[in-house]
Amino acid sequence: MIDNRPSRRIIAHTVLLIGVFIIAFPIYYTFVASTHSLQTILRPPLPLIPGGHFLENYTTALFGGIGRIGGVGVDRLLWNSTIVAVLIAVGKIFISILSAYAVVFFRFPLRMTFFWLIFITLMLPVEVRILPTYKVMVDFGLIDTYAGLTLPLMASATATLLFRQFFMTIPGELVEAARVDGAGPWRFFKDILLPLSKTNIAALFVIQFIYGWTQYLWPLLVTNRNDMGTIVIALRKMISFADADTEWHLVMVTCILAILPPILVVVLMQRWFVRGLVETEK
Amino acid sequence: MTKVGGQKDHPVPRAIFPNKVLPYLLLAPQLAITAIFFYWPASQALYQSMLREDPFGLSTQFVGLANFRHVLADPNYLHSFQVTIIFAVATAVFAMVPALYLAVMADKVVRGRGIYRTLLIWPYAVAPAIAGMLWLFLFNPSIGTIAVMLRSLGISWDPLLNGPQAMILVVAAAAWKQISYNFLFFVAGLQAIPKSLVEAASIDGAGETKRFWTIIFPLLAPTSFFLLVINTVYAFFDTFGIIHAVTGGGPGKATETLVYKVYNDGFVNLILGESAAQSVILMVIVIALTAVQFRYVERRVHYG
Repeated sequence: MIDNRPSRRIIAHTVLLIGVFIIAFPIYYTFVASTHSLQTILRPPLPLIPGGHFLENYTTALFGGIGRIGGVGVDRLLWNSTIVAVLIAVGKIFISILSAYAVVFFRFPLRMTFFWLIFITLMLPVEVRILPTYKVMVDFGLIDTYAGLTLPLMASATATLLFRQFFMTIPGELVEAARVDGAGPWRFFKDILLPLSKTNIAALFVIQFIYGWTQYLWPLLVTNRNDMGTIVIALRKMISFADADTEWHLVMVTCILAILPPILVVVLMQRWFVRGLVETEK
Repeated sequence: MTKVGGQKDHPVPRAIFPNKVLPYLLLAPQLAITAIFFYWPASQALYQSMLREDPFGLSTQFVGLANFRHVLADPNYLHSFQVTIIFAVATAVFAMVPALYLAVMADKVVRGRGIYRTLLIWPYAVAPAIAGMLWLFLFNPSIGTIAVMLRSLGISWDPLLNGPQAMILVVAAAAWKQISYNFLFFVAGLQAIPKSLVEAASIDGAGETKRFWTIIFPLLAPTSFFLLVINTVYAFFDTFGIIHAVTGGGPGKATETLVYKVYNDGFVNLILGESAAQSVILMVIVIALTAVQFRYVERRVHYG
């Protein structure tokens, strides 16, 4: 029996609480700052408890438009980020479930060549080919469009590999049975494969939604117009250290609004997300 | 990353659909996107890395490997390399050690494990750039509350002017964001260790510390190694947002990592050929890291 004295558990709890404190404190303190007036923020140290400007700050940021980024409101930025994250997640899942289906359930010339062509993209993040990819965007006229923000980021192999791996665990008898019953490839895909893949799709959605939401370098390059920016990029534009006119209270509100949706997605879909993450990446 | 080397193909010939055209149609969307946004730009990067353009973009000249020679001999580039290594090692250490410690503790508690997990995974959802801003807000010399406290303790704290302090700040933000990811993997790794092994050692009189170093730590080696590679890749590439938002590579060039330099040379200074050459060098680094990863995955299948 492993000794499980209460003193050990107390130590464990203490360490975990300290961990939670370090993890949560920057986020909590930003929230606190988002409820204070600009004057209070500019005179540190800031109090540890929320102030009374919650409604005022959040309404201004959400609907009033923010001067430093050309009067665009945070509502617009949130909308852009949501569109981008959802398009990337759905697009990736869509194209990769189809290609995994092709690779696993069909035999055709060049099958493995195609698989490796896709697989290699796993290795190279967009960061290492930014200039030429940017040029492709300009040539296609995709600057400042949702297509430009999302399409290049869909070219990645992670999701294809996950689906391939999962499809290979589906017993051959199931396919046989479906074929005996007269189901064609489309029926099999729609009635058997898709329902079986539900958990995987949910897990991938969370991972790719976060991936899309937290993109930085790419949106920075392909958007010039403030009203097409994602919330993360806009946030960077709102901060200036050179001059003193950064509206810190609005920056803090935007920070909180920028991290709230992905945190909600992760926390609420925790069960699928954790399983998916640990399984995808291993 | 998924096991590929391990399971080459399905062991038994699996039932398949006889269809000649459909599979190509199914593959078409992914192949099209991969070709246009991946293979074409990557080949362009390779090609551009061998060209030299005059500053006005009027003429280009094929120079072979001259750009690479120039980049690799450039003290600024070597400095950036050094900065990246320091940054990557520090980030990996500070993201992994606390995560492992927390995971070991979480493995011990019976009640509240789920709550701790929920509270610890938040930073996974925070964009690196925003993680940087959260920390900058605490440590900004003019309005940062902690910065004010540090100064009142007599420490001259100004990450906007002091290189090493800027490095500490970006490492803290980068590691903070990555702890939750590592934590989840360490927890999964710990759960996979058979309890009977730990109990047997316990009966043989091995104390807690000894059990950790002789049983748990070696059995976690595959997880740790995997995370080491992932954290290195993260520190090399995903932290661009932190650097760009917090320090802009400064002060001086104290926090200019390789990816930041590619961006800066290509988009700000417009030295296209050399920026492309740097991209190619980065590609080689990623491929090397991935190869290491897969060699290890291969081995893990046998001993895991």
